Amino acid sequence: MAIAEDTVKTGPLRESIGMPRLHKVIFLVLLGLALLLPYGVYPVFAMKVMCFALFAYAFNLLLGFGGLLSFGHAAYFGGASYVAAHAAKVWGLTPELSILAGTVAAAFLGLVIGALSIRRQGIYFAMVTLAFAQMVYFFALQVPFTGGEDGIQSVPRGDLFGLISLRSNMALYYFVLAITFGGILLIYRIVHSPFGQVLKAIRENEPRAISLGYQVNRYKLIVFTLSAALAGLAGATKSQVFQLASLTDVHWAMSGEVVLMTLLGGMGTVFGPIVGAAVIVTMQNYLATFGAWVTVIQGAIFVISVLLFREGIVGVISKWLKRPL
Amino acid sequence: MFELLGVPPQVLMGQLLLGLINGSFYAVLSLGLAVIFGLLNIINFAHGAQYMMGAFAAWMLLTYVGVGYWPALIVAPLVVGAIGIVLERLMLARLYHLDHLYGLLLTFGLALIIQGLFRNYYGISGLPYQIPASLSGGYNLGFMFLPTYRGWVVVASVIVCFATWFIIEKTKLGAYLRAATENPVLVGAFGINVPRMITLTYGFGVALAGFAGVLAAPIYSVNPNMGADLIIVVFAVVVIGGMGSIMGAILTGYGLGLVEGLTRVFYPEGSAVVIFVIMAIVLLFRPEGLFGRAG
Repeated sequence: MAIAEDTVKTGPLRESIGMPRLHKVIFLVLLGLALLLPYGVYPVFAMKVMCFALFAYAFNLLLGFGGLLSFGHAAYFGGASYVAAHAAKVWGLTPELSILAGTVAAAFLGLVIGALSIRRQGIYFAMVTLAFAQMVYFFALQVPFTGGEDGIQSVPRGDLFGLISLRSNMALYYFVLAITFGGILLIYRIVHSPFGQVLKAIRENEPRAISLGYQVNRYKLIVFTLSAALAGLAGATKSQVFQLASLTDVHWAMSGEVVLMTLLGGMGTVFGPIVGAAVIVTMQNYLATFGAWVTVIQGAIFVISVLLFREGIVGVISKWLKRPL
Repeated sequence: MFELLGVPPQVLMGQLLLGLINGSFYAVLSLGLAVIFGLLNIINFAHGAQYMMGAFAAWMLLTYVGVGYWPALIVAPLVVGAIGIVLERLMLARLYHLDHLYGLLLTFGLALIIQGLFRNYYGISGLPYQIPASLSGGYNLGFMFLPTYRGWVVVASVIVCFATWFIIEKTKLGAYLRAATENPVLVGAFGINVPRMITLTYGFGVALAGFAGVLAAPIYSVNPNMGADLIIVVFAVVVIGGMGSIMGAILTGYGLGLVEGLTRVFYPEGSAVVIFVIMAIVLLFRPEGLFGRAG
């Protein structure tokens, strides 16, 4: 699929086994910054950035490496946030089990929707995933357990493993950091595994991959489910941070936001989603008082990115450094 | 009067009419999407926003200029279509050599901009638009009451759909269009200005959305978000029908509107999702769509 034609090609296979030193250094710097971040900025804001970064990573796994543009990722993000909030509030589960429940629910949802959606390609695939996400939205609007317009509010934060209290923002921050960083490294590993190589082959030339004997649809379904599960992990974590699951998280606008973050940061790059998520969340934070102008600005970023800037921020830097980032 | 499966006929007929009206909008909008997709190979995500612009254009013509419904029915689609042509020339035309998904992303961004701007200036509460005097009132058909305007919406949409089908399938212009869909390079070699045809086709598809917006203005309140959710349902309609055939898009639109109306009678909770469920079933058994071509 040629959507990633503008992204930087990864180097020879030798490079993709094990992590190149540059990536190791950047990951370590990011981790160091993240450990110190809550002393500089408001921890809840930092956690929001991390949840969206993980969400964008999950989405980038599907679009950037699988070449599949899903326009309905809010369904897994928001769906998992409802399940996790319900698990913590009504079933009284501990945070890690609530998040696990949300993630599993998102994986299941992704498996079902993915199995149907991969029957169409390209533009139709985008429309089908969007339509199914809208179905999930209507479902969330109508069933009693989601609380309709109110959502699930004041979700208790609870004790990690029943032992460590996560009621303070600082404690929760390091928990969220562990989840986000773990999730991102897992995605890095998936992308650079033999499975990831096959995905890239399918993205570049699907008929050829079929002729080489790969069960293309099975690969697509696996990556779709993985992406949905990881988007769910992000959404479930977000519901614990904000103690809230609401319709915003399942709305199509959320699906659009994650596309925007990935596009702006750089599709198919390793560090693009972090950059995209940080830029968009920061922008929303500062422009929150301008109301609908936020939508206009997001739309404008979409248009500018597509017309002039298809590699994204990290894609441009990567081209400039002549190294895949 | 007799009852059908425990449902009074007035209720059944009322919901079927409502379904037919929704179906009219599905048909006109999915027709516009199919016309654009046929030649440009992009999905026009801004279609819902352009439908909303049609309704707003009618409202503005009436409120600011004092131009009534009937002239607006012609003028508003022309204005919206002209804006579409400008967008195509300035932006979309730069993307034809790229993957078609970029067209989807660009038009999604445009939809956000348009909807955001209208929300800024007009809020989200919705503005009223009076039914024109010549179409107010209604007829008592014996088994149900038919408001004149709703009857007109169905008639007008059928006329527009049929006219579009006729132009594309039966005229020389339509033959050029279909030829350019199959092989633009060859058609260009015969001396036909294909880029201009593409521009005008986009303008026409957008004008159809604007026309649907004017039709909708007196029924639904004129509201910046009126197209946003509708367009997603129309996407599902398009997936179910497949975009290969003009008549297919029209029939699927009306048919699904009726199915939705019936669902509202027999299982109201399911009416919001029935079209998506049908889409899932179609994907299982006929992934290329009811009227689509395989591949």
